[in-house]
Amino acid sequence: MNQLFGSNSLRNGPDGRGRFGEFGGRFVAETLMPLILEVEQAYLAARADPSFRTELDAYLKNYVGRPSALWFAERLTRHLGGARIYFKRDELNHTGSHKANNCMGQILLAKRMGKTRIIAETGAGQHGVATATMCALFGLPCTVYMGATDVTRQAPNVFRMKLLGAEVKPVTSGASTLKDAMNEALRDWVANVEDTYYLIGTVAGPHPYPMMVRDFQSVIGEEAKAQLHEAEGRLPDAAVACIGGGSNAMGLFHPFLDDPPVRLIGVEAGGHGIETGEHAASLTGGRPGVLHGNRTYLLQDDDGQIIEAHSISAGLDYPGIGPEHSWLHDIGRVEYVSATDEESLAAFQLCTRTEGIIPALEPAHALAHVTKLAPTMGKDQIILMNLCGRGDKDIFTVAEHLGVKL
Amino acid sequence: MSRITPRFAALKREDRGALIPFIEAWDPDAATSAALLRGLPAAGADLIEIGIPFTDPMADGPIVQAAGKRALRSGVNVRHVLAMVREFRREDDATPIVLMGYLNPILSYGVEGFCTDAAAAGVDGLIMVDLPTEEADMLVPQAAAHGIDIIRLVAPTTHDDRLPLVLQASSGFIYYVSIIGITGTRSTTAEHLAEAIPRIRRVSDLPIAVGFGVRSPAQAAEAVRVADAAVVGSALCSTIAANVGKPELVRSVLDQVRELAAGVRGARAHA
Repeated sequence: MNQLFGSNSLRNGPDGRGRFGEFGGRFVAETLMPLILEVEQAYLAARADPSFRTELDAYLKNYVGRPSALWFAERLTRHLGGARIYFKRDELNHTGSHKANNCMGQILLAKRMGKTRIIAETGAGQHGVATATMCALFGLPCTVYMGATDVTRQAPNVFRMKLLGAEVKPVTSGASTLKDAMNEALRDWVANVEDTYYLIGTVAGPHPYPMMVRDFQSVIGEEAKAQLHEAEGRLPDAAVACIGGGSNAMGLFHPFLDDPPVRLIGVEAGGHGIETGEHAASLTGGRPGVLHGNRTYLLQDDDGQIIEAHSISAGLDYPGIGPEHSWLHDIGRVEYVSATDEESLAAFQLCTRTEGIIPALEPAHALAHVTKLAPTMGKDQIILMNLCGRGDKDIFTVAEHLGVKL
Repeated sequence: MSRITPRFAALKREDRGALIPFIEAWDPDAATSAALLRGLPAAGADLIEIGIPFTDPMADGPIVQAAGKRALRSGVNVRHVLAMVREFRREDDATPIVLMGYLNPILSYGVEGFCTDAAAAGVDGLIMVDLPTEEADMLVPQAAAHGIDIIRLVAPTTHDDRLPLVLQASSGFIYYVSIIGITGTRSTTAEHLAEAIPRIRRVSDLPIAVGFGVRSPAQAAEAVRVADAAVVGSALCSTIAANVGKPELVRSVLDQVRELAAGVRGARAHA
């Protein structure tokens, strides 16, 4: 553990090759390689430029609505009878999720790079909506790739994207979900490298995306740390977030990586249960490999073919995970657990009834774990959970599972 | 040394370009694919490129994606691909074979074991689409140790400053991705090649193959007027797709290869 909590910070990654330990990197076709390097150069220059930060902060404050609130979930705390539960309320952001933080950062970068067309992939549609929103704001044409299965189960978000002026392209390859949408977005980018910027929505993909998206999302953990300090005068005992690609979790965890007393817990989508093989838990049920430009834990068969993920939540339905999570898993700094579809549906309803907040099905997975964890902790202890999205988009899916016809 | 360098040297003496057909292993099934492979040299293939099917082929267009899907449905794995090459080598020890694919199935097999087994099966070269120079140390030393050439991709976006880096550890030949895009979706032009190929020749003496945008005998001929080889993939995969389940599949594909070979062989005579 000395290596873990010694003088070396865990927040310095990635290295010059875009690696977190043995994970990450840049596994893309040569056609894209020069562009990936250009994005990295442009991002490093922007990060070092105070005027970029000033501009981003102004948009985050006045357009996205940051800082987001920190809410003490008192009724839920009493109901569970253990640790004090705080929600970081990133569902209150404009567009309804944490995705706006990253989209605002990247679109400002795309503008600096002189790119005139934006493409994105989306699963639940939250990233697609956030991207379409920023494109409307800055008057840029936007194409969003979305698995055909997700187009069906996230119909409200598809309509929102179209209202915002984006072109939504349904992808029918593979299982027609997030993985396939990402393949198709990469193919579009390969064919349109000159004018197009690929606005990746999670902490995956080739370097510099995992680093860049983490940096833009770290505002979540930084704010929460300061807000909790103000409310309770101390650090949380545990921070909990759901994980698909892992951007909201990375954003919450990163500012706490060098605070050893804080347990960090990532909750993967357990689908029908890890033992059934129908899940999206890459760390719990996968092994390292290369997909979508980075080396990371993947759901794959014995021959290295990628296995389709399963989750009730379209946003977690991805067979990979950000490479920094893979590294944090291997060094043991973050614990990774899973919650099933059923557990998440129960948590979804519990949150709605006790706190008057309809969470997205994604953070309902984090909450499902909180309902197990909180009762095992003392009443003087604190759990910080990222409520990273609101559930309006999910009411049709939930209704169907509850046997209700809308 | 692999079979690739001697083959290009022989072609140079004849002053003709090479035809490199591409098929996906086990597309549409094991037996048909083996029959195709067996027939390719006599139909005019100078080198052969075999695709290792992968679920997520991010540089491939719809036609090669569909070919990979058919192959995976027929149950192919990396071991089968190597067995197919080994079987081919019992009759043909001269035609170079290059495997093209994505990294993950190789990593899953184990890089060292793969290079050992591939060399033993008679594989001459590897084209790894998602392994740029920056990551090449994951595979190049092991491949080189077993005498397998690593064929690097050069794209229109690979600018002059970057070329020496990309080509530093390459051997066998250079694969020029002649369009900005995925396989089989656009056609390259003679004008583009006339500008692009000399740019690469200034940096490397290796033979250059042109691929991604070559479909017809005329386009293949154009390619070998400036470059050393033409790779045709999607056009053949289309013919396979159109003939799945029909007895004439193998003959149709090999006829098409003969036409492409005629185009390539006639190219410099008319130049």
